[in-house]
Amino acid sequence: MRGLKLGVVAVLAAMGAAASAAEITVSAAASLTNAFKEIGAAYEKEHAGDKVQFNFAASDPLVQQIAKGAPVDVFASADQDAMDKADSLKLLAAGSRKNFASNSLVLIAPLAATLPIKGIADLQQAAVTRVTMGNPASVPVGRYTKHALEQAKLWAAVEPKAIYGTSVRQSLDYVARGEVDAGFVYATDAAVMKDKVKVIATVPTETPVSYPIAVIAAGPQAAAGRQFADYVLSSSGQAILAKYGFGRP
Amino acid sequence: MDSFLAEPAWIALRLSLKVACWATLLDLVFGVALGYLLARKRFPGRELLDALLTLPMVMPPTVLGYYLLVVIGRHGPLGAWLQQTFGINLIFTWQAAVIAAAVVAFPLVLKGARAAFETVDTQLEQAAKVLGISPFGVFLRVTLPLAWRGVLGGTLLAFARSMGEFGATLMVAGSIPGKTQTLSIAVYEAVQAGQDDTANLLVLITSVVCIVVLVAANKLTPNRNPQA
Repeated sequence: MRGLKLGVVAVLAAMGAAASAAEITVSAAASLTNAFKEIGAAYEKEHAGDKVQFNFAASDPLVQQIAKGAPVDVFASADQDAMDKADSLKLLAAGSRKNFASNSLVLIAPLAATLPIKGIADLQQAAVTRVTMGNPASVPVGRYTKHALEQAKLWAAVEPKAIYGTSVRQSLDYVARGEVDAGFVYATDAAVMKDKVKVIATVPTETPVSYPIAVIAAGPQAAAGRQFADYVLSSSGQAILAKYGFGRP
Repeated sequence: MDSFLAEPAWIALRLSLKVACWATLLDLVFGVALGYLLARKRFPGRELLDALLTLPMVMPPTVLGYYLLVVIGRHGPLGAWLQQTFGINLIFTWQAAVIAAAVVAFPLVLKGARAAFETVDTQLEQAAKVLGISPFGVFLRVTLPLAWRGVLGGTLLAFARSMGEFGATLMVAGSIPGKTQTLSIAVYEAVQAGQDDTANLLVLITSVVCIVVLVAANKLTPNRNPQA
């Protein structure tokens, strides 16, 4: 009995200790996975004691989680739409929203693919049966793709072939495994799997692919969160983003 | 009425029912055969086979989904063979969803069938055999009728489990509205996109279907306490 009590006290103490350190929770778009992990490690080195934990997913579900009360301090989105949603739900700390990076949309195919796809117009070919993209309802890369295909008057032809991914990284995985003929991802994602996918073309987008970051008003570590957001915008943060192929905001 | 039935929620429900029916049918055939084998035949590695076949019950659906993706994917051993021999591509089809659901729910039929067959008095089977009925006839006319409640209970549970399959299905069948987007995946997509109204409707439908199936399964499983 005594042992049990001691055990409970020890566990509670350990939990308390973990909670009292400045633990910043960052919800970030899936395309930022590699770059943000490195930025997080660099930030932790410069701010001893602070811990950064990441929650990577498509931008829209991240907004939904925050809206439902997830304890998030910083939100980085892959498009302005998702950040606008967060803004309209009054989740953002006033004045904290800033653009921090840019990217481009690319059409990719498995490295070993033999289909003669040279651009988005070739997706109309009957031989092309499966094209992956993010779900336009919840994934920014899907929205960029849909708008670009609509503008090129190709959406009606490509939509029946669409395999929706729950994030840009799922679409990337489908192409890398060769389960689809082609797919739409960001240039930075394609670069992560250079040994498995090839970039066919850069796809012009209606609105530029720009990434906003903001501090969450109700975040448990708002001050530290602000510090992390500033670090992403600083020259050190920007250098890491550039290393992974992201453009200036 | 037509427009009502064309709502995405009902399309997803119809697809889920279709997938669950096929998966349950597959499970019933293989579950009864293997359940009988495990209950009646003595052979080396019997318990190991039972354990292997029960694995899907305890393994995370994502692990099963990954196994399936590796095996039946375009470059998987089975997937590549099917593609070259028959031109069949399973990934991202509703048939892939059937396979995923069938694998995940299989142990429920197997366990129910094995337990049910083990409770059947072998003397009755012997008597039937003495009266000149063929072995398959004995199975159909004596063993199965005596074990059917247990088999059916497990089958209904498998149906309910198939209806709710998510992880493995998403990995091998994807989420294509009207083609592979089952109820549980439609719920996930609706929540991701912040469409709470759609999510509420879908969740309600799913809950009602599951409750109906569970009540039916309880009614059919052998009553352990007849006095109560």
